[in-house]
Amino acid sequence: MWLALFQIVIFPGFLFLGALSLVFEYVDRKLYARMQNRIGPPWYQPLADIVKLLSKETIVPCDADSHLFGAIPVFALAATCAAFLYIPIWSINSLMPFDSDLIVVLYFLTIPTLTYFLAGWFSSSLFAELGAIRAMTQLFAYEVPLYMALLGPALLAGTWSISGITAFYHQNPALLLVNIPALLVSIVTAQGKLERAPFDIPDAETEIVGGTFTEYSGRLLAMFKMTLNTELVVVAALISAIFFPLFIGGSAVVGFLLFLVKLLVVVFLLTLMRAALARFRMDQMVNFCWKVLAPVALAQILIDLIVKGALL
Amino acid sequence: MEKDNRIMIPLGPQHPALEEPESFNLLLEGERIAAASVLIGYNHRGMEKAAESRTYVQNIYLLERICGICSHSHSTCYVQTVEALAGAEVPRRALYLRALIGELERIHSHLLWLGIAGHEIGFLSLFMYAWRDREIVMDTLEMLTGNRINYGMNAIGGVRRDITPEQAQKVLEAVDALQARTEYYEKAVLGEETVAQRLIGVGKLLKEDALRLDAAGPVLRASGVARDIRKDDPNGIYPELDFNVITDTHADVFGRTVVRVLELMESYKMIRQIIQQMPEGPIAVKVPARIPAGEAFMRYEAPRGEDVHYTRSNGTDKPDRVKVRAPTLANSAAIAHMLEGGYLADAPIVIAAIDPCFSCTDRSVRVVDARSGEEKLFDWEGLRKYSVAWYAKQGVDLSAASMRLRGD
Repeated sequence: MWLALFQIVIFPGFLFLGALSLVFEYVDRKLYARMQNRIGPPWYQPLADIVKLLSKETIVPCDADSHLFGAIPVFALAATCAAFLYIPIWSINSLMPFDSDLIVVLYFLTIPTLTYFLAGWFSSSLFAELGAIRAMTQLFAYEVPLYMALLGPALLAGTWSISGITAFYHQNPALLLVNIPALLVSIVTAQGKLERAPFDIPDAETEIVGGTFTEYSGRLLAMFKMTLNTELVVVAALISAIFFPLFIGGSAVVGFLLFLVKLLVVVFLLTLMRAALARFRMDQMVNFCWKVLAPVALAQILIDLIVKGALL
Repeated sequence: MEKDNRIMIPLGPQHPALEEPESFNLLLEGERIAAASVLIGYNHRGMEKAAESRTYVQNIYLLERICGICSHSHSTCYVQTVEALAGAEVPRRALYLRALIGELERIHSHLLWLGIAGHEIGFLSLFMYAWRDREIVMDTLEMLTGNRINYGMNAIGGVRRDITPEQAQKVLEAVDALQARTEYYEKAVLGEETVAQRLIGVGKLLKEDALRLDAAGPVLRASGVARDIRKDDPNGIYPELDFNVITDTHADVFGRTVVRVLELMESYKMIRQIIQQMPEGPIAVKVPARIPAGEAFMRYEAPRGEDVHYTRSNGTDKPDRVKVRAPTLANSAAIAHMLEGGYLADAPIVIAAIDPCFSCTDRSVRVVDARSGEEKLFDWEGLRKYSVAWYAKQGVDLSAASMRLRGD
């Protein structure tokens, strides 16, 4: 029981994940800055931002339900942290693997988006409400292609467990090549999930100010920022666990370093996309997700089924 | 009764998309804009009135500060009116130098706009790149005039600084570097798929609407009207330069981007000609401090469109009346038309696409009663009468005193 508690709170749970998310926020911002020909922030900037926000006054709007307003960010952070427990890090198995944990992780990853919607909705501010509606609309657009893209590899592996998928592709690395379309779809939709350019529509500052988080400040905003950062790490870890489960099963140290390298690759791709593209409009985003990404993901499922049939 | 699911969203007076306080009220049906209203008047600075109590020379510095971006346009237009009143013959080298600074200013204004456009459509990389390259022209302007903006180059009867052949060489080098960068933008930005998707068909302003709503500058030219003061009513040395008036038929934000990027190319061409053709000679003539009575009206093609200055003289060393119409005023009538029927997501770029400079524009005070919502526009005389009456109600009668001070 003490070991489980240690794992959840300290390593590789909350504290470790928090530290890792700050590191990757730094990596993301630094890469983004270098791509834009800027110098970028020093390594401690993400931590300094969080510390600054924690020390600031937290203002709750008069019209907002103060209990709900305060509870929503906690839910968001807890959900992303919980999702991390089921993703393999340095070995084939995750911390607490069980059958069909892929579904649970996807559920956990949907919760932050729902909390963004609730946060905006209960802020009783015009800009926050518009941000909330946009976050929800966007959810319906990217969620289906993202799930289908992750479904394909799972079908081929014949298991709903992330650890099982990792183990399967560890034994048959050549089959990873089959999943390349799904990898592309999941990286694009992950950008929507993380609400980053070109899909940062819910908090497009030039249109709706701070979007969902317009009314949030201080500790509560810090919690949302940490949620966004941990979400980046969790989604990148999920993508690397499903699409690059290579070279694992060695020593823990090597496995861990490889895990970091894989995360770096995924984050690099996500940042490159953020730097290279302009923001979509809501209707364009929905069109793109349903008319381009969803068919590609569907085709991936068909390919996986055919390959599976051929192998058997 | 039918349920009204429309919401009114205020964009401004304080909003991240706006550099200056200005208010746009957008009536939304979902993400679409059903109706839009534009309220200007948050930035009255009383410059025209201030100009009446300063000498002609002091006014160059005052009017240069109407705008931080097109400062040279305003001061040039103003000194042209004064020179016309005084009948001064400005040396040709001075005219060439004015045009040189004017075109460099256009380059820095258009590059600034390109960056802002990137910001408004959430393409921050473009913002960073365009503003980095803008530093080249800013440094060039600093080398020539000593300032990055508000160059202080104009004087009545000429310019204040000459340039050396070495400086001219550096200008040419800067122009070469900028041209290479602009060609890259032309290829990379106008060819970028997401940018095109965000800009094509957005903020439509058809030719007849543009003419009816009195648009000016790149906005008008992007609607297919070849109107440019440098060609139509040229002053200075513009008739001696070989350049094209850039127009585009897209009649949307994409067209406005194309026009501005291609105008950059024309400006590079013009600067090379200016440096090549610049004659030797004096850079200023002396103009007496007292300007003969009369009135003069001048037009100037500022980076944002047609800038208009009117000066009336009463024979003293101070103008009787100065009137300025900045190009943003001409374009602001078209904003509401361009916004309606579009998406909320497009509102920032549509507003930004006229390259607005609201601080330059405001000439009157709008008073809104906070309780009744009643609105009233005040001119100077009306505001004076109102204040006199208000103080009279408080028991202070200032009307006699102010009469004495004004001397009438």
